[in-house]
Amino acid sequence: MDFNFTEEQGMVRDSLARLVREQYDFDTRRSVVESESGWRPEIWAQLAELGLLGMPFSEADGGFGGSAVDSLIVMEEFGKGLVVEPFVSTVVCAGGFLKHAGSDAQKADHLAGIIDGSRVFAFAYAEPRGRYDLADLETTAKRNGDGYLLSGHKAVVIGAPWASHLIVTARTSGDRRDREGISVFNVPKDADGVTTRDYPTVDGRRASEVYFENVAVPADSLIGEEGTALPLIERVVDEAIAAQCAEACGAMKVAHDMTVEYSRQRKQFGAAIGSFQVLQHRMVDMFMEYEQSVSMTYLATLRLDDEEQERKRAVASAKVRVGQAAHHIGQEAVQIHGGMGMTDELAIGHYFKRLTIFDSEFGNVDHHMKRHVSLSAAA
Amino acid sequence: MNLEFSPEELAFRDEVRAFIEENYPDHLRNIGLREDLGREDMLAWHKILGEKGWSVPAWPVEYGGAGWTPTQRYIWSEENARVNAIMPLPFGVSMVAPVIYSFGSDALKEQHLPGIRSGDVWWCQGYSEPGAGSDLASLKTTAVRDGDHYVINGQKTWTTLAQYADWGFFLCRTDPDAARPQEGISFILVDMKTPGIEVRPIKLIDGGYEVNETWLTDVRVPVDNLVGEENKGWTYAKFLLAHERSGIAGVARSKRGVEQLREIAKTETLDGEPLISDFDFARKVSQLEIDLAALEITELRTLAGEQAGRGPGPESSILKIKGTEIQQRLTELTLEAVGHYGTPYYRAVADAGSNEYPIGPDYAQHSAATYFNMRKTSIYGGSNEIQRNIITKMILGL
Ligand SMILES: Cc1cc2nc3c(=O)[nH]c(=O)nc-3n(C[C@H](O)[C@H](O)[C@H](O)COP(=O)(O)OP(=O)(O)OC[C@H]3O[C@@H](n4cnc5c(N)ncnc54)[C@H](O)[C@@H]3O)c2cc1C
Ligand SMILES: Cc1cc2nc3c(=O)[nH]c(=O)nc-3n(C[C@H](O)[C@H](O)[C@H](O)COP(=O)(O)OP(=O)(O)OC[C@H]3O[C@@H](n4cnc5c(N)ncnc54)[C@H](O)[C@@H]3O)c2cc1C
Repeated sequence: MDFNFTEEQGMVRDSLARLVREQYDFDTRRSVVESESGWRPEIWAQLAELGLLGMPFSEADGGFGGSAVDSLIVMEEFGKGLVVEPFVSTVVCAGGFLKHAGSDAQKADHLAGIIDGSRVFAFAYAEPRGRYDLADLETTAKRNGDGYLLSGHKAVVIGAPWASHLIVTARTSGDRRDREGISVFNVPKDADGVTTRDYPTVDGRRASEVYFENVAVPADSLIGEEGTALPLIERVVDEAIAAQCAEACGAMKVAHDMTVEYSRQRKQFGAAIGSFQVLQHRMVDMFMEYEQSVSMTYLATLRLDDEEQERKRAVASAKVRVGQAAHHIGQEAVQIHGGMGMTDELAIGHYFKRLTIFDSEFGNVDHHMKRHVSLSAAA
Repeated sequence: MNLEFSPEELAFRDEVRAFIEENYPDHLRNIGLREDLGREDMLAWHKILGEKGWSVPAWPVEYGGAGWTPTQRYIWSEENARVNAIMPLPFGVSMVAPVIYSFGSDALKEQHLPGIRSGDVWWCQGYSEPGAGSDLASLKTTAVRDGDHYVINGQKTWTTLAQYADWGFFLCRTDPDAARPQEGISFILVDMKTPGIEVRPIKLIDGGYEVNETWLTDVRVPVDNLVGEENKGWTYAKFLLAHERSGIAGVARSKRGVEQLREIAKTETLDGEPLISDFDFARKVSQLEIDLAALEITELRTLAGEQAGRGPGPESSILKIKGTEIQQRLTELTLEAVGHYGTPYYRAVADAGSNEYPIGPDYAQHSAATYFNMRKTSIYGGSNEIQRNIITKMILGL
């Protein structure tokens, strides 16, 4: 058993931590979030230069031969700084689909662009009526000569305003919610018939409603095989969940540290509020929630390449535990900050908001609890 | 013991319901407590009620109160909640007015009660300061006698909706040498247009501006604006807080909120079925309803106690704690119910003056902002930790 990071991983963590500290302080983040573009392409370029965008890819694919643990390291630091750049959608999701199922030509076409930072992806999987069920799809892709015609509406596609390409899940056959008949496509955002409605999100990112109206795509935009993509989608989403759990851990760590620090400084009744036992014990509870979340994030990350049922159980467990902790820690952090916790000026409220939205991404606590129940029943 | 309404009470309910149906402004129906409301919106219903004589039902009849029994008042708030009515703001009606009619001079009663009743005068509460939150008695803002004026200096914060206020009630230190900090504080009414007052907005995490910093520099206020006795302000402040807390339970509004949550959960789907038929989700809604029923009956017991002449005491802390926990849970579940559509930042979309089609369903639009905003309820009005301290001391005797 070994829970240590390699020396190299330690160096990556340090350099990313420095970058976030020096160039992604809270005031800078605020101005970026409020700016026209909403993100910082120059930071993305720096991440590429540091090699971070190529870490989880094999050397054969032009990457650095790393693993999901590397994504964990990146996302934890992202979480600490509330970094908004689209690592999960581009590197973990798009990269994941290409890595696991892309043809050589597709890899050659896109991975180099991901690794050097020139190509940014968004993952369009959710639909207005589908809730968190990855198979609940009304978007269709119909055979059209050699290629396909895509039609449908994807909801709250995170990072889409910044993306040049979209990974889209669609139904090539079967009925809504069938597990068969699902396929994955890589679609340039500027393809004819794609329209977007862009907007900011409550946690400081950008998203779009994406509409496909008879969008013609060539045969080679299909990733993997036609009609059998659900297990692939589930795998990539599990990898994204593990990465986002790491992000939540980073955000929880900072929210907890800030709260403890605030309770040392803030005096009421002639004493630091941190000297009141009722608050001390609650900060202890927050701390335990955080530590348990880190453990579950490790578990999920280390099980990603295991047998399917093992992977799913570990990821579902992590998403439940971390989702609960994210609510708990976010709420307690605001409460212990008192009125100051409610202000836009202080960072703590922004950590609270990010932790709130974390729960609804890729399935909330209830969704993954059900998943755990049915996996356990099947075992 | 009996929970049923009497025939008179049922008749009263019908009368109230009909009045609301006919008179509540259409454009303000079912918009709840959205933060983008302006002064006129927030006062519209209050003014209509003022004319009817129903704006301040809990006041003693001699000052314009309706003389309703606790049950009638309960029916009243239920019926208003049915349309999500924007009820009269508490600062005038249920906070400063009871202090004025209980402790103020006749001149102050004559000057202020009519405007509060009619909804023409907007009040704000100047208690908290940057260094005096939970420990309110440590407040530093001073009021120094200069002839027949007080000269006030200091900084207040979190002053809710002070941007619209005509008058404010302020706690100021009039005796810095008092033996206990509580003994040197006075309760003073201040015309917000007096020179030397500056109100600066504070942005909250939901993106709205409902609170302010209020700076007072050499603000000259007539000594006649003192309520009751000098240096006895703490007594009045505590009296007021007990009133504030019972209003804070928000039972009727939460019941309406649960109904709306059920509606949303009938529309949202999970595995192709309505979300409300999902046991996990339905169970959480039921838990909320059960907690709400417990709170409701507890509030009715408190009201009945009041009717029997026992003023709201430390028991009102129970209503504050449980009421706010339920409000927070309700908004959290509502956000959960809307799934992905809790994520868009609708205020930014609205601010951009967009006339495009809305993003996602209507009911999702304020779900995140409302959830974020409602975290305030366990902080303000004496935080829930402070309420528990009050129960510890006053009820458990520890
Ligand atoms: C089944 C059982 C087996 C045991 N076996 C052994 C044994 O083998 N050998 C042995 O030596 N002892 C043993 N104990 C004793 C055990 O260690 C004590 O019960 C324990 O230390 C608590 O002490 P107490 O019972 O006097 O409770 P108290 O110390 O009186 O505490 C009462 C309550 O007050 C709380 N409390 C006390 N101080 C604080 C504080 N500063 N802050 C917050 N809360 C506080 C406690 O947590 C507890 O809830 C056993 C006890 C039990 C119940
Ligand atoms: C949206 C909003 C509107 C408000 N409107 C008004 C208004 O109109 N007028 C006005 O005067 N004020 C208003 N307030 C201020 C409100 O009353 C204070 O925020 C509240 O009293 C808490 O004070 P604080 O924010 O300074 O927190 P602090 O007192 O610094 O408390 C920080 C944390 O420590 C805890 N704590 C403090 N002391 C103890 C203790 N002894 N034991 C255990 N825990 C403790 C608190 O519960 C809290 O969790 C408003 C506040 C908000 C957020």
